[in-house]
Amino acid sequence: MIEARGLTRRYGPTVAVDALSFDVRPGSVTGFLGPNGSGKSTTMRLILGLDRPDAGQVRVGGRRYRELRWPLREVGAMLEASGSKAFHPGRSARSHLAALAAGNAIPRARVDEVLDMTGLASVAGRRAGKFSLGMGQRLGVAAALLGDPAVLLLDEPVNGLDPEGVRWIRNLLKSLAAQGRTVFVSSHLISEMALTAERLVVIGRGRLLADTTVAGLAAGSASLEEAFLRLTGGAVEYRGNTAKEATT
Amino acid sequence: MTTIAQTRVPRGRYGLPQAARMEWIKLRSLRSTWWTLALTAAGTVGIGLAVGLNSRDGSVDLTNNALGGVVPGLLLAGALGVLTMTSEYTSGTIRVTLAAIPRRPLVLAAKAAVFGAVTLVVGEVASFIAFFAYTATLGHGIAAPTLGQPGVLRAVVLTGAGFCLIGLFGLGLGAIIRHSAAAVAVLVAGVYVIAQVIGFVAHDAAAYMPILIVGNSLSTTRPVTCGTGGASCPHFLSAWAGLGVLGLYAVIALAAGGWLLARRDA
Repeated sequence: MIEARGLTRRYGPTVAVDALSFDVRPGSVTGFLGPNGSGKSTTMRLILGLDRPDAGQVRVGGRRYRELRWPLREVGAMLEASGSKAFHPGRSARSHLAALAAGNAIPRARVDEVLDMTGLASVAGRRAGKFSLGMGQRLGVAAALLGDPAVLLLDEPVNGLDPEGVRWIRNLLKSLAAQGRTVFVSSHLISEMALTAERLVVIGRGRLLADTTVAGLAAGSASLEEAFLRLTGGAVEYRGNTAKEATT
Repeated sequence: MTTIAQTRVPRGRYGLPQAARMEWIKLRSLRSTWWTLALTAAGTVGIGLAVGLNSRDGSVDLTNNALGGVVPGLLLAGALGVLTMTSEYTSGTIRVTLAAIPRRPLVLAAKAAVFGAVTLVVGEVASFIAFFAYTATLGHGIAAPTLGQPGVLRAVVLTGAGFCLIGLFGLGLGAIIRHSAAAVAVLVAGVYVIAQVIGFVAHDAAAYMPILIVGNSLSTTRPVTCGTGGASCPHFLSAWAGLGVLGLYAVIALAAGGWLLARRDA
């Protein structure tokens, strides 16, 4: 369970996240949708306590992130791996995971388990800097799964994955949710969310636009994409002409 | 709905032991750590050897000469300290680190404990090997100093500790500045370049420059004199006072770094 209440964060004159309130419940995959620059990554960082909110608060499992006793055993996160990676290029995947495991007293055997689950076992000893984008994403997923957490946060997890990898992530997220976990996945790919998520939290310019089910959002529109574009039409910062025509 | 097969969660909460174990794995799993430490020791020993082979005057502080090769090693130890922190920002690992250990000062404390211990061991090993290598190669009828003579053991041990303290100073700088190149530049300027400049223009302040503390306080068996024209010679600190000042620099840098780490966005 993730509970955001009035979450606000400014960077200078820019309001990145604006009085955002929503709940993410266990047992289903919740998609976190919004155009580029709408505040998805900032919200993820606020949930994890990496950035501090200017107002409001967010709780995970009833506590603020900083108050968690064994954070990785309660929340697994994979952050914006497409921009800057979240591992040192000179360190092997196994050492990266072993270090994180040690930080939260997670048994060493779990490292090999998540390496197997993510298909990285055969390259676990290689320096992660040599990994392809897709392998890097898998390492990010492995780190998120390490503590067997009840809450999972994934920021754009399918970026850079091939079709087989995309399907693997989709099935993995669904099965994690089916086990009763809270799964919160940000994406700007509406079609992918249509296949993966049951619930959607949609934001634009840092504000909540919709907190609904996939079916609820699509209702009354030709497609989910159509509904999304109509909803976010006023909240897109940069737009080419063809996209504008498509929404009118 | 099926329940989650949670692995057994231990009691209590993460703390310094877990954070330190994490930092130890991070430090030892990078090849660059071991290369840098090997170079640190090799430079110190190599220069000590070269000085020993070329010594012709037995009246000087021979122990100080034996430990005369510390400058490159000290800079490397400081740079490794910087990179131990800044590489987390360069690679993005800092976000994962802080997700595992959200109490941020604990992360820096763990890094300081682990990195401090490693550089202390490497520094002592380098210092002792340099001393023995120097004494073994002394020729020209000069009687080699022994560890039993007054101040000799102190000089060798405190010089080793100098590596640890400059390394920790670098770690603190890394936490303050966060960018590798900028932090290494500040380290080299602050520890070495400014020391050289101040040595020329403000003699008394020179006694407080990190690299001169190691060279003229920690590694000496007797107070440094500046030869015949010693009127303008700075009053160098005693070995223990030098250790204290160097320790203070490290503590200040780490405290400022920890304070900033806790307050800034990661």
